[in-house]
Parts: sequence; C-alpha cells; structure tokens
Amino acid sequence: MSTQAIKLLDRSVLVPAFSAALRKLNPKEQLRNPVMFVTLIGAFVTTLAPLVGWTQDEPLSFTLQIAAWLWITVIFANFAESLAESRGKAQADALRKSRAHTNANKLLSNGSIQIVPSESLRKDDIVRVSAGELIPSDGEVVEGAAMVNESAITGESAPVVRESGGDRSSVTGGTTVLSDTILVRISANHGESLMDKMIALVEGARRQKTPNEIALTILLSALTLIFLLVIVTLKPFGVYSGVSFSITVLVSLLVCLIPTTIGGLLSAIGIAGIDRLSRKNVLAMSGRSVEAAGDVDVLLLDKTGTITLGNRQATEFIPAPGVSIRDLVDAAQLASLADETPEGRSIVVLAKEHGFRARSIQELHGAEFVPFTAKTRMSGLDAAGLKVRKGAADAVRNFLGGAFPAEVDETVKRIASAGGTPIVVAKDGQVMGVIYLKDIVKAGLPDRFARLRAMGIKTIMITGDNPLTAATIAKEAGVDDYLAEATPEDKLALIRKEQAKGHLVAMTGDGTNDAPALAQADVGVAMNTGTQAAKEAGNMIDLDSNPTKLIEVVETGKQLLITRGALTTFSIANDVAKVFCNNPCDADGHVCGDCTVERHAA
Amino acid sequence: MIGWIQLALFVGVLALLTKPVGLYLYRVLTPEARVGLEPVFGGLERMFYRVIKVDPKREQDWKVYAFSMLAFSLVGMLLTYLILRLQHLLPLNPQGFGPLSHHLAFNTAASFTTNTNWQSYGGESTMSYFSQMVGLTLHNFTSAAVGIAIAAALVRGISRASAKTIGNFWVDLIRVSLYVLLPISLVFAVFLVSQGMIQNFKPYETVQIVQDSSLDSTLASTQVIAQGPMASQVAIKMLGTNGGGFVNANAAHPYENPNPLSNFFQILSIFLIPAGLTYYLGRMVKSQGHGWAVWIAMAVMFVGGTLVAWNAESTGNPRLTVLGVEAADGNMEGKETRFGIFNSALFMTITTDASCGAVNSMHDSMTPLGGFVPLFNMEVGEVIFGGVGAGLYGMLLYVILAIFIAGLMVGRTPEYLGKKIGATEVKLAAIGILVPVISILGFTAWGVVSTWGTATLNNIGPHGLSEVLYAFSSATGNNGSAFAGLGTNVPWYNTLMAIAMLGGRFMVIVPVLAIAGQLASKKLVAEGAGSFPVSGVTFTVLLIGTVLIIGALTFLPVLALGPVLEHFLMIHSTQLF
Repeated sequence: MSTQAIKLLDRSVLVPAFSAALRKLNPKEQLRNPVMFVTLIGAFVTTLAPLVGWTQDEPLSFTLQIAAWLWITVIFANFAESLAESRGKAQADALRKSRAHTNANKLLSNGSIQIVPSESLRKDDIVRVSAGELIPSDGEVVEGAAMVNESAITGESAPVVRESGGDRSSVTGGTTVLSDTILVRISANHGESLMDKMIALVEGARRQKTPNEIALTILLSALTLIFLLVIVTLKPFGVYSGVSFSITVLVSLLVCLIPTTIGGLLSAIGIAGIDRLSRKNVLAMSGRSVEAAGDVDVLLLDKTGTITLGNRQATEFIPAPGVSIRDLVDAAQLASLADETPEGRSIVVLAKEHGFRARSIQELHGAEFVPFTAKTRMSGLDAAGLKVRKGAADAVRNFLGGAFPAEVDETVKRIASAGGTPIVVAKDGQVMGVIYLKDIVKAGLPDRFARLRAMGIKTIMITGDNPLTAATIAKEAGVDDYLAEATPEDKLALIRKEQAKGHLVAMTGDGTNDAPALAQADVGVAMNTGTQAAKEAGNMIDLDSNPTKLIEVVETGKQLLITRGALTTFSIANDVAKVFCNNPCDADGHVCGDCTVERHAA
Repeated sequence: MIGWIQLALFVGVLALLTKPVGLYLYRVLTPEARVGLEPVFGGLERMFYRVIKVDPKREQDWKVYAFSMLAFSLVGMLLTYLILRLQHLLPLNPQGFGPLSHHLAFNTAASFTTNTNWQSYGGESTMSYFSQMVGLTLHNFTSAAVGIAIAAALVRGISRASAKTIGNFWVDLIRVSLYVLLPISLVFAVFLVSQGMIQNFKPYETVQIVQDSSLDSTLASTQVIAQGPMASQVAIKMLGTNGGGFVNANAAHPYENPNPLSNFFQILSIFLIPAGLTYYLGRMVKSQGHGWAVWIAMAVMFVGGTLVAWNAESTGNPRLTVLGVEAADGNMEGKETRFGIFNSALFMTITTDASCGAVNSMHDSMTPLGGFVPLFNMEVGEVIFGGVGAGLYGMLLYVILAIFIAGLMVGRTPEYLGKKIGATEVKLAAIGILVPVISILGFTAWGVVSTWGTATLNNIGPHGLSEVLYAFSSATGNNGSAFAGLGTNVPWYNTLMAIAMLGGRFMVIVPVLAIAGQLASKKLVAEGAGSFPVSGVTFTVLLIGTVLIIGALTFLPVLALGPVLEHFLMIHSTQLF
C-alpha cells in the first residue's frame, strides 16, 4: 500500500468527496442512517412548504434560511462520510495501478507453458514467474526461490526472499519478482486475492455495520422516534393552547432535538477506524475486527521479536579461576569469529568492547571453523596447536571428558537460574570461563505494558523457552503472565481457556501451525511474511510483519470506540442543552425558530 | 423545620429497612431457600402447586414465563370484568348497587389487573363489598405479586450466565403472595385498625350532623358515612403500590388515613418492597454496591422531587397572598389540616415516585410547580423506587441505556455486570421506554384537540392541558392517582385509558422479560480494570442523569405548555386556572 500520506485537504480528494456527498442525498442511501434521513425529510419539507403555501404566517426568508441550514447539515454529514471514504478510494486507485492487466505463464499438466490473462487463473493453477514479472495472484511458491519486491503491498522497498517450503513460501499478487524463477501455485481466484480484498476494504465497498454501530443506530433511531413524537404532538398541544406552530418551526425544532452530531458522523468514524489501521500498514478484514480490537483484554505476545530483540546477546565474560579475563575474551572471540549466528556475532561485538579487534579467519593460518551441529552442540575453531570450543555446559563437559572447577559450575547455575544462557568456553582442553548470553527486552516495553494494564488489558508472553528463562524475561518486561515451552497446541488451549473465562484474546502469528490459534483468537493478526494459511486464519494482516504492532492495533480499536462514545455523549448532552434553550420559547413560535437558527449556526 | 426532621426520619427508616426486607425477599424469591413461614403457609403453597398442576422445581424460559404471566392476567381481568358487570346478582351488596357500565367495568378491570387502580368511579357509591373484596382486592395482591415476579425474573436473567430459564412464574407469584404480601398486609391491617381505621360489613351509617348546613340550596341535617372492610384493603393498597381507595377521597378520608402516624406508615409501606428489591438486586448479582447505587439514585431523585413540591406548596399562590386569603404557611387548598403542607407534598411525591396512586390531598389544587412534580415522576416511568417490581425493572431499563451510552466511552463494548450490551438489549430497552412515551404524548395530544377529550374538562388553558396529560400519564405509568378536574367516566376516556394502562404495563413487561431471557443466555465476560463500574458515585450520577435527561428531552415541551406556562402566568399576570 502506498505509504505516502494522502492529505486531508487535497483538491483531488475534496472535489470528488463533495460530489459524492451530493450523490448520497439519494433517500435510499440516507435510509441507512435514520437521523440524517429525518433531517433530509425536514430539508425537503421546508423547501417545498413555501411553494404549497404552508407557511403564510412565516416570513419567506425565515423558512428559506431554515431550509438552507438543513440542506447544509445533511450535505455536511454526507461530506464527512465521503471524505473518509475518498481517502480510501485514493489508496485503492494506487493499488489498482499495480494490478493493471497482466498475463501469466500457466503451466499446463503436460508441462508446457501457456500465456493466459491473469484474470482467468483459478485456484490450484500453477504459474511460472521469472525475474522482472509481476506475480499474477496470491499463491504459494512450490519450486525455487526468488527475490521479490513487495513494496506495492508493504511500502517497504527492500526486496524479500520467497522460497518453496517453510514459512516464507507465500507470495502476493501484484508484487514483482526481481531475480530467479519460481513456480507458484495460485491460492485465490480472481477477485479474491489479498490485493482485491485490500481494494475492496479501503474503498469501503464491503463495509458492514459493526455490532456496536448497529446497537448505537437503534438507540439513535429510538431517540429520533421520541423526538418525532414530541414534535408531532406539539402541534395539537399548540392548537389547544392557541399557539400556532408553523411547519418550519416544527421541522427546525425537530432537527435541533435529534442527535444529528453522532448520527451524521457515525459512519465516518467507522471508516476512519479502518483507515487509521491501514495507515499503520495493518489490513483489517472487517470493521468488526477493528472494534473487537478495542474490546480485547488479553494480549498473547510472542517473546521473540515482540518482547525481546529476537536474539540473545552476550553481556558478560566470567573467567574460570586462574584464567585472566583477557585470555577468556581472546578464546571466546576465536571460537565465535566464524559463527554467523546473532549470538556468535554478539560475542564478537562484546569482545570488541574489551579491546579485541575482530580478526578475520584467514589471518589464522590453516584455521578451520567447526560449525554448530545438533550432535555436538558446540562450535569453535581448529588451528595449528589451537582448539577452541564454546557451547552448552554439558556439551563442553563431555567434550573435555572431566568435571569443571566448582566456581564454573556455580557460575553456570547462577546464569541459568537468572534466565540467561551460559556458554562455556574451552581452549586446548581447559575451561576458560563462561559467557553470559541473555535476552534483551525492547526499550520502553515495561511502560507500555503498565499502560495496557491500566486499560484493563492483560499481557501474556508466549515462548518456547524453559519456565525459568521465561519467568525472568516476563519479570523484566513486565508482562502479567507467560506460557513457557509453548507449542501451537498449548497456545490454542490457552486462548480457549481465556475465552471461556470471558476474555477477548488478540494474538499474532505467521506459521501454518499458528493458523488454528489465529482463527480461534478474537483478533488474529497474521504477518504478511507468514504462510497463506496463517493469513487466511487471521482477521488482520500486518503488512510490515512487525509483531509489536499488535499493541498499536488494540490501541487503535480503543480509540475508535472512545471517539464514538465521546461523540455520542456530546451529542446527547448537546440535545439536552438545546431542549432547555428552546423550551422557554415554546409559547412563542417565532422566538423558537430564531433559537433553532442560532443553534445550528453555532 | 419539622418537615426536615420528618423527611430525614422517613429516609432514615427506609434505609434501615432496605436490607432486612431485601434479604427476606431474597429468601422468598429463591425457592430453595427457607423463609421461616413454611409451617404457616407451606401447606397452602404446596396445595396451590397441586391445584394448578405446576412442578415448582421446573423453571421456565422467558417466553413461557411471559405467556404464563399474560394468561394469568387475562383470566384475572376477565373475572373482575364479570364480577363488576354482575355485581347486582352477587352477595355482600347491602347498598344494592347495580352493575357497572361496560366501559367502566373494562376500565376498572384493566386498571386493577395492571396495578394501576385508576378509579373512574367513587368506591362507596358504586362498588359492593363483594366487588371490592374479590374483584378488586384480589388484584391488589396478584398484580403486585406479578410486578415483583417480573423484577425477580429480570434480576435472575442479569445474574445468570449461559442459562435458558429465568424462574417459574407460578412459583414466584404464589410465594410472593403467601410469604410477602399476605403476612405483611395482615400485620399492617391490624395496625391500621388500631389507629382508627374501620373494618366491618355494616351498611352505611346515617348520622345527625352537628350543625345543619345547606348544599345546593337544600338544608341537610344528616350525613351518610360509608362503612366496610377498609383496613384489609388499605394495607395491600399501599404495600402493593396499588393505590385504589376504598372510598373516593382515598387516603384523605379520615377513615382511610386517620392520623399522621398512619400516614407515615402508609407512605413507608409504599417504598418498603421497592427499596428492598434494590437490595435483592445487589444480593443476586453479588455486588451489594450496585444495589445501593440504584437505591441512592432513587433516593436522590425522591428527595429532590419532594423538596420542589414542598417548596412550591409552602410558597403558595402569590395572587391569593396579595388578596390576603392565603394560609400563612402556603397553599392549603385541597389539603387536609391533619397532614399540612409538608406531609401532603411528601405523600404526593411518594405516591407518584412509586406507581401507587393513593392520595392524601387534591393534586389538582396544587400550585403549578407542585403539580409538575407528580407529572414528571410518572412520566419518567415511575422508577424512583417505583411500583413493586415495576420500579426496579423500569429502572434497570435505564441502567442498560446508561451503561450502553457511557460504556462506549470507556473504550470497550458496553457491558453490564459481565454481560455485553448489544443491539438486542438496546432495542428491547428502547421499546420499553418508547411505548409509554407514545401512549402518554399520543393520547394526550389526541384528547386535547377532540371534543370527547375536552367535553368533561372542568378547567381551561394550561391547567386543562395538565389535567388531560396527568390522566394519561397516570394510566400509562400504572399509577392510578388522578389530578381530578376531568371527568373520565365516559366511554372515550374509560376505553382509551384502559388501553393506555394495558399498554403501559404489558408492552413494557414483555420486552423486560425478553431482556431477562437474552441476558441469562449470554456468556459472562470477565470484569477487568477497563470495565465500567456499576457502583459508586460516577454510576449513580450517570443513572440519575439518564433518567432526568430522557424525561426532560421527551416531556419538557409539553410540560412547558402545561404547568410551566401556568406558573409563569400565575406570577406575571392575573390569570388563574
């Protein structure tokens, strides 16, 4: 999606919005919104009344002025709605451009390639996409790997790798392959792809009223009905009291009383909610899910990537007795030089802070890197007369074939019990010391969680770590609870448990094995990099694939509900003020009408 | 000063009685619980179940509950209609009264079935003892029991989760009648007799009056004094917020309300069960704070209304003050000297806060603003303590609306005690509030521009409007008190008011029961820091605000043309109505 902000007061937005506002005067459109429908009727009546001669006792200018205000009220409400919609329309147009008519290379069952228009592709067709070509529709890479530019969807210009198998196999229609050739199995029929859904969503074409909106509309209709009755019966009361209320005065009183503020803006607020999320690069499948996000009170957050920076980092070197810290750092750096894992690199970085310049492996003659394997659970370096290893304590103990000094055992235990990961370094058969690896909690998270707690939202950290490690990180990050050694089944069970207690649960996920939990959760945000299954199971897609964004999604949902509530309250309170403003004038119709005009001018 | 002490005493005693009454109601309305009166009434209770073939352990869903209630009310109404039409053939008719007209019988049957007790007739000149005791007093018990049953069903719906049933109507009806209304009325009636109220089956007495007086240019030296089984009917008339007087003058008659002490206990008995029901609510939903918040909201509006009425009446009528004919302490027109200004204003406020409708003074003779208070009380739906049961379920409709509006501001879908308030609940609550509005405004508007409406009107101008408005407000709100000044014993009024009473009762009860069923079936949502609190000052203020705002928005325009206009005319001109 185009990330460039579309300005509110842009000519290209304002002009179509205004003409759409006029088109929306169609009574059929207005019927969706009873408050504005009544206002529209009022506008018609006051406009026509002078022609039919219902307002002889009123000055014509007065009636026309009231009519003008009513038309302005209706058109302004329409304008607010179409303005909200037109921002989406402009985004949709940008998306449509990238979906311009393309051809696809369809792989037939006999192995030959046929060029077909991409609209004709059906689910489970296989297409070949080569460098420089657009991927015709959503699908899954079944063969090969390629660099793909997904900026049309994510706005992120750096290309991403898409390859068959694993969790990076899904591709989105409308994105461009930059290198290599892949075979893609189409997973969405024409018109049902992610791009199509996005276009439909931002345009508001498929917008349904959310449950709260329906309930609020009912309340507003009831209020409107009450006021209609109040005004209609005012006429006979007036007849009895010898006061003649003209049709103009009655109409203006009615419009004055009904909750036009919230009535006029209700639908614009709903559209704005989706719009606000889409500007955060989160695609909500329905307004309902945005509203549900505002109701969420349990957040399941994946530890890795959401709460911690994603990788454990070396924070401390603790030498064994009789070993100088310089020797330990030297050995640790040697053992990690060729280690490309983030942990390995963090050891090199920490060594640098101790004054050890990174050496290249070529500098050491005949040195050979020993990579980490699941069997040895160690990595290191073999060179002439030099053998360094680093790894888990028991692996290194087995490697050395003997016990560690008691102090080293102590250190290992201490680090482990603090939730960190101890890495033991050995050089030439001797234990050099321990490296302290720990998870780094992202800055600002504890504050954020505290704020969520104040809003009544419980945070639960999900991690594959052991309970001890999990507890430490949970404490450090300030989450309310954690689920350690979590499997996808545990996650699903946890969601069900929380829901049974009456909570609404939000989570993020990307893997196929997350799909059941995503579907079960009340708000499931799927990562765009995730598998197709995950994206289909969730009710929102984060185009940036940033799991932290779940918190923003919830906050946006809350803002939507709060905005609507505040406007409702304002509107009703305003009505009360208007009743008191108007009532003293009731005995004299003319004063009353002036009062109405003042209110609307204000 | 004496007024303030009485007001404080009244509110204090009411507050003290709320908890014991609430706990007692809790036991009665929880069929498994022991009440303590089983040795006396247990056999009767079981006998009733056997006769109507009801298994007291089987609960009903809301539709069956509503159907049972409607069927019961219809049968009761038909029975009363027949008794009134055939009273000349029935026993206990020493005065030999003839049958009632079809429209008066319809009006009266509807009136007593709906707990309204609007009386288009004078009791002592129309009704035989049999009609009073069987046709009318029966409803005084059952219509009150129905109201309490409905409130209990709604509270059960609120307190339950993922449930299908909301109680058994027959069990509620029988238990409330046997364990609450009957014993308290018995004790209360004995107390009233001790204060000088009569209880007999004698024909009316003709007595020599002390000083001959002339009435319509005929000299009268004797007076006929009505007799009858009064105490038994008055006890339940107050306790069950029925309000239908044994005699036309109602609680202003020396027999029906002999002294200030009987007056105090009569008004206390009006609020007794409604106040206790708020405690029952708190107890059932396990949030006593919620029950008290509702209680306080009601008490604040009650005290506010009393102060307005009291102030208006003690200020009196400036026109009369100028002429030097006004009593020193304010407007004494239409008031009994043994009650005075304060106790008349207090009685009037209470009888219209609740759906009682008994009167100890002439509401028609109140100052315009004094008369504004009962009108407003009835028009907000009599939810200030309110009728037995009806007050609580009416107030709970406002609670639902208040929570819905304010709950949205908290930033989550509004929820009430762990139940999400959705479109269905709002729709049903809106119907419950809309129907009375349509009835009051619609019928009044129709009446004031029709010949049938103004033909029997004794006053003109804004006061005449108030009289018609009061009649339909009283009927729709099932209050039954009359502003008077309007002859309603004519076919049009009798029929339309009967429709207003039936609509105001059953078209509110059915949505209420539907809400009960709806809420009972809902899943419980966990309460968290973000949930809107339903106890405490914020909630109470919000609830009061919702009641007043909906009332103000709806009825202020018509009230402005009635009592408010009359008030300004009284102050600024020489016009009186």
